[in-house]
Amino acid sequence: MNIQQSPNFKASDYKSGLTPVWCPGCGDFHVLLSVTKALAELGTPPENVAVISGIGCSSRIPAYTNCYGFHGVHGRSLALGAGLKVARPDLTVMVMSGDGDGFSIGGNHFLHACRRNVDMTYIVMDNRVYGMTKGQPSPTTEPDWDSALSPGGTGLSPFHPLVIALASGANFVAREFSGDIKGSTRTIVEAVRHPGFSFVEILSPCVTFRPDERQWKTQTHAASVEATDDPARAARRIMTDDGFNVGVLYRGRRKPYETHVSDLAGDPAILEEEFAV
Amino acid sequence: MTAGVTSKVIGSAGELLAHAYQMELEAQERYGYLADQMEMHNNADLAKLFRELARVEGIHAGDILEQMQGMQVPQINPLDYKWSGSESPEALDMGDMHYMMTPRQALLLALKAEQNAFEFFDHLLKSTDDEDTRRFAAEFAEEEQEHVELVLKELKKHPESDERTREDMDPPIQQE
Repeated sequence: MNIQQSPNFKASDYKSGLTPVWCPGCGDFHVLLSVTKALAELGTPPENVAVISGIGCSSRIPAYTNCYGFHGVHGRSLALGAGLKVARPDLTVMVMSGDGDGFSIGGNHFLHACRRNVDMTYIVMDNRVYGMTKGQPSPTTEPDWDSALSPGGTGLSPFHPLVIALASGANFVAREFSGDIKGSTRTIVEAVRHPGFSFVEILSPCVTFRPDERQWKTQTHAASVEATDDPARAARRIMTDDGFNVGVLYRGRRKPYETHVSDLAGDPAILEEEFAV
Repeated sequence: MTAGVTSKVIGSAGELLAHAYQMELEAQERYGYLADQMEMHNNADLAKLFRELARVEGIHAGDILEQMQGMQVPQINPLDYKWSGSESPEALDMGDMHYMMTPRQALLLALKAEQNAFEFFDHLLKSTDDEDTRRFAAEFAEEEQEHVELVLKELKKHPESDERTREDMDPPIQQE
């Protein structure tokens, strides 16, 4: 046999031996596949990748990869990821979260991570519900979603992650659907390669508490407009978004955050002082 | 997104073998994941079924690997496979799973995956003039058809009339 050799890795090289405990049908299985395929496409050795998460179903993902990982504190995954990336700029840092972890308790970190523009990739698996704690509405839940825990719905306007990311200065903004593994893989590859803070919202159905989200397979569709590097144009497009457009919305040109501390292996307090702005 | 059922342009027998090998590996891996999921959720019957399907796909992958001996087989990156859909045709859609699913429901999903694989090779057989590619496509289409028949045979053991919905005594959504 003469398979033409390539230095690239296989997706399976990025998987750990642990069996995910997610519910069968959960979109997070697809996201795990997309992330491992993206890493194989990027060809980054597993030991040069760090997967950082907070708390929730989606945040279990570091354990299912063969990369370095940190299953951190609720809502603080971005703080962990940013600190790691500044201290170890040679690593590919991927921060993984869910809509509850990322947009509620972690909402403030999200704003400032976009603003700081540290060179890392933030993937939020958005299922519009707190699945791990049995189905409470999350920041992205529709106002009229009626359930035993929110009779008649919350009546609250949902959080719009792409609008917030764009307004806060994220340098790359995209949305994908978990079931489109090829599309998600392609976008994650691009997000990692794009300099600065890249944000990818992945619509990832919770089939247990939101069985209606199985319909996302047919509701999601490619955005009818090309990505732009003009934030004003991107803002106009996102304001008419139906919530199911997938693809890259915005590719910015802002310079990523760079530390002025030359001795990164030295006293972490010096780095902390510069970063606490 | 569903798996693609038609092959785009595949230019050589070596390229076809690379695709066929990847298809079997992904099918083996996918059935293995589904077996793991069913074990995790105490559905032993389905775990056994998916484990068996994974074993069959693994044998098929091994056979293709042997056929690659002496051939020029290209290394293909994950995004460069010429599936017409989001994934390889034989990869069962994990989004269709449910922790309370019955053997019949699982077999119907497996049937769809095997039919997709057959259609992939059958379409290639009908659309290429390259003799070597046609020979392999015909062979693989025949094997996939055997898998379809295997699943259909299993389905006969689980007729719709015997279908029993599994009951969850502590369902996740308790509407008042």
